[in-house]
Amino acid sequence: MNNLIKFPKGSIKKVSGQCIVLRGDDIDTDRIIPARFLKCVNFDNLGDQVFADDRKERKGTHPFDVDINQGSSILIVNKNFGCGSSREHAPQALLRWGIKLIIGESFAEIFYGNCLSIGIPCARMSELNISKLQKEVEQGPQENYEFDITSKILRSKSQSWNTLMEKGASEILISGEWDATSLLISQKSKIKSIAKQIPYLNYFEFDID
Amino acid sequence: MWELHSVKKLQGDSTQLFIGLHLVHEVTSPQAFAALEEKNLNVLYPELTYATVDHIVPTINQKRPFLDPLAEEMLMTLEKNCIRHKIKLFNINSGNQGIVHVIAPETGLTQPGMTVVCGDSHTSTHGAFGAIAFGIGTSQVRDVLASQSLAINKLKVRRIWVEGALAQGVFAKDLILHVIRELGVKSGVGYAYEFAGPAIAKLSMEERMTICNMAIEAGARCGYINPDETTYTYLKGREYSPKGDDWEKAISWWRTLASNKDAVFDDEVIFDASQISPTITWGITPGQGIGIDESIPKKECLHPNDQQIADEAYCYMNLKPGQPIKGLPIDVCFIGSCTNGRLSDLQAAAKIAKNKKVAKGIKAFVVPGSERVANAAKKEGLDDVFKNAGFEWREPGCSMCLAMNPDRLEGNQISASSSNRNFKGRQGSAQGRTLLMSPAMVAAAAITGHVTDVRKMI
Ligand code: SF4
Repeated sequence: MNNLIKFPKGSIKKVSGQCIVLRGDDIDTDRIIPARFLKCVNFDNLGDQVFADDRKERKGTHPFDVDINQGSSILIVNKNFGCGSSREHAPQALLRWGIKLIIGESFAEIFYGNCLSIGIPCARMSELNISKLQKEVEQGPQENYEFDITSKILRSKSQSWNTLMEKGASEILISGEWDATSLLISQKSKIKSIAKQIPYLNYFEFDID
Repeated sequence: MWELHSVKKLQGDSTQLFIGLHLVHEVTSPQAFAALEEKNLNVLYPELTYATVDHIVPTINQKRPFLDPLAEEMLMTLEKNCIRHKIKLFNINSGNQGIVHVIAPETGLTQPGMTVVCGDSHTSTHGAFGAIAFGIGTSQVRDVLASQSLAINKLKVRRIWVEGALAQGVFAKDLILHVIRELGVKSGVGYAYEFAGPAIAKLSMEERMTICNMAIEAGARCGYINPDETTYTYLKGREYSPKGDDWEKAISWWRTLASNKDAVFDDEVIFDASQISPTITWGITPGQGIGIDESIPKKECLHPNDQQIADEAYCYMNLKPGQPIKGLPIDVCFIGSCTNGRLSDLQAAAKIAKNKKVAKGIKAFVVPGSERVANAAKKEGLDDVFKNAGFEWREPGCSMCLAMNPDRLEGNQISASSSNRNFKGRQGSAQGRTLLMSPAMVAAAAITGHVTDVRKMI
């Protein structure tokens, strides 16, 4: 599966594909990728192990196992998705399964940031609209959707849905700056001069103002 | 503090923030180091970066190579990365190894006024010292290694003001479980939680760390407590604490940091510590807590938002609404973790276990949070107290907090655990069940074999 996944790179303006519905509030990172799979020095195999325990429990009926959902790339969730640990293994596992965009009622903060930093946009919609969208997708799982980061609108053939996304998030996705390392390093001289002002790095010399 | 560390304003509400202390462990760093090498980058400030190994270490036999080849590979990768990038590693048997959130404070690395990050959500612990401390993901670990800075949005601050004082047999763990129960596991999203008030002022540093450690379970990325005399006394003389002239200068700087009396908060909530009883979770999120004298809540008594997850919890935990929590039989007792694996936690548990015996059929074990904690505990003879009572005494690490090592629940075993998360499958078995409580409560459960009010055993 992994070699088929195209990882996000550079500017991200649009995401399109089938939707997959995963219902439930407070789905935590341990459920997304159970801790025993974290024993790895790279993320390569995580795609197969995403939701491993939930899938085992549901014996083939879990959305990530259902045939029709294979190849889906837009995940539709409910509240507080991704709560729990800060490990990036969770969004990495989703990414490697094929998820490129998550739409939900709300997201846990670190998870949200982790998604952004690997190029997975997370957009929000009201409880009511999520529930409508989830129904629509479940009725027509093969429908193609397109999400436009600039307008923050998700479109199917028959419907369009407004979503919310922080301005900063959509800007860095579009500009490609979500891959933050080079942006941060470009400030090296400023970083060095800040380091020279911080009391605990400079024998606690400081000015009282 | 925020301004002092601000490198640059970025797009949106984001700031490039300078990081004063970066802590690294074996689980979230290998991919970050690999990405660094892929981009041909160096670690910008290796001297502000410290590494330890905690999540995967076995607690029975630590002989190298580890029996688990995956665990061995992870530690070897960390060792190699630390050598290549000149990062100090607190390795096993160095005297400083342990859970990252235990060792940084106890060696004096964590200090007031710092920005502290680690690829681990419980980095909120370090906020107990008046530091801005939060967990980051692996991409950000890479960013901090490369640039000693990261992009982050400023958080709002909710002050949790706690009046009164904790009663006997009620601990910091009960306080924070109570707060999470009342505020919920999502309320903290977008906030830092600042804990203050008479009850907090009375707490020791170790108790304050327990509180800030679990701020993340309320959804708050940071916990924070203003530094005070307790903080300075704790830090004095520690390995990495300022020494000589610097010490006095440090204290005068630290004194300028405390948020002043008329600071405005985005929100405030007030609690009364004296009203809190030993608190324990019955469900599958840390917010599903109840007092020891209460029963598993009935669905209709819960807020509509909490009903669905309650249904899931009744079913997963195999508990009935209305059933009292007291008396619930336990299979495994675990004392340890970055929440409650410090010396005072072991002392509180040992007090209960002293001259008693673990109930028949119960597996009970103690995993000190660090080598320093283990040594200090041994010096007081706590290891013998536990061993005589029938507990196993283990080597330091995260252990059954998340069961990435051989310590794990089997089948649908139920544990009394001093750790911080009771998520489904957290303790190593997909059906395993976890009840979170204070270390003294865990010890009480070990002795009686069921959930017990520790106040009756003091
Ligand atoms: S003790 Fe538990 S919560 Fe703390 S760092 Fe280790 S695994 Fe994470």
